[in-house]
Amino acid sequence: MEESDLAAVSRVRAGDGDGFRLLVERHSRSVFRLAYRMTGNQQDAEDVVQETFLRAYRQLDRYESRASFGTWLYRIAANYALDLIRSRKRHAGAQAAAPEPGAEAWDPLLSVPSPAPGPDRVAFSNQVQRQVSEALDSLTPQERTAFVLRHFEGQSIDEISLTLGIGGNAAKHSIFRAVQKLRRALEPLVNAI
Amino acid sequence: MNHLTEEQLILYYYGEAGEGRGMEAHLASCEDCRSAYQTLQRVLNTVDLAPLPSLAEEYGTEVWERLEPRLDRRRSASWRRWLAPRRWAAAVAFAAMLVAAFLAGRWHPAPAPPRVETAAASGSQVRERVLLVALGDHLERSQLMLIELANAEPAGGKRKGKLDISFERNAAEDLLESNRLYRLTAQKTGNLAAASVLDDLERVLLEIAHSPEHVSPAQFQELRKQIEDQGILFKVKVFGSRVRELESPSKTAAGKL
Repeated sequence: MEESDLAAVSRVRAGDGDGFRLLVERHSRSVFRLAYRMTGNQQDAEDVVQETFLRAYRQLDRYESRASFGTWLYRIAANYALDLIRSRKRHAGAQAAAPEPGAEAWDPLLSVPSPAPGPDRVAFSNQVQRQVSEALDSLTPQERTAFVLRHFEGQSIDEISLTLGIGGNAAKHSIFRAVQKLRRALEPLVNAI
Repeated sequence: MNHLTEEQLILYYYGEAGEGRGMEAHLASCEDCRSAYQTLQRVLNTVDLAPLPSLAEEYGTEVWERLEPRLDRRRSASWRRWLAPRRWAAAVAFAAMLVAAFLAGRWHPAPAPPRVETAAASGSQVRERVLLVALGDHLERSQLMLIELANAEPAGGKRKGKLDISFERNAAEDLLESNRLYRLTAQKTGNLAAASVLDDLERVLLEIAHSPEHVSPAQFQELRKQIEDQGILFKVKVFGSRVRELESPSKTAAGKL
């Protein structure tokens, strides 16, 4: 039978580091997914994944089993990613989270279902991807984080406020502002489809 | 007719509208709101089109292989037990015993013929080495506690936004006892460099020990600033390295802190 997260945590606390390996292998994909949605680029997302597990390892004694280990990990990841994108924005302006040339970026062809898309379809798909990316980049770090947690990770507003350490109203309004900005940016595009 | 606001539509989309049934009925009967909601749905569905990079099947293993060298598996797995309060009474008593024995040996050497002096001299070296090992452990515990404090994360639940430093606070209280003993020893033996580092460490330990268990972000930043301004982590690290070097029997007699 598969070992539970709680059992693996107990093992690590007892001095068996292999317990942590199990947790890393089990949760790294979901942490990467969250980190990528928040940061918008693979390099930063990988950085978030590494730092999240490092912090979790160091703070394992703080983990209380009231929340699931995955939820606890998400909090660490979301807060670190939020700090990271705030820092990037401070240093490099609004385009901080844009993928760098040559780095692995979103592959527009991933969204094209036809095995042999025509050039028009590919071009339009590229345009959609780019506008979605730009729209997400226009959000503030807190708006983006709250939106990613709500929209992609399915966290409730209460859970988001706990994750980010902000009030319920602040979480709610961050999501509202994010969706409103996305609507304004993407409405012309969706109306043209 | 009162139309639904955009906020209401957003909450409804995510299933978090308290009055869901009422909204459903309204959307069924109001073309304007229904149109607005459909636009919202299309926008959010478009956002869903953003794909994720594909990850290799062994991605988790790759993450672990990059992570593992950065983990101090021996220390991280056991250091909290090392700092566990129940060990402190024994640790402080041991430190006191060492210091007393060390000071007694230093100040009250037994006058004796050469062969007894040789025994007393080697006994003094052993005491000094044992004290160095204990001091090295104390510095390592202090360093770990300071690093842990520097990485503290905000708490959730009732104490949202506050940082829980109760563990570090308790550890600092316990470290203070030993630190005072070691500082006293260093001062009495004229080791000014050691006394200075231990004195700086004691100031920081006092600050942490006197802090509340849950601190606001502003209070935490102030605490962190004090630690950084003292450069205490660096001093403890360097001093601790020196102590560890001197723990070696070949170096104890010749070396000085």
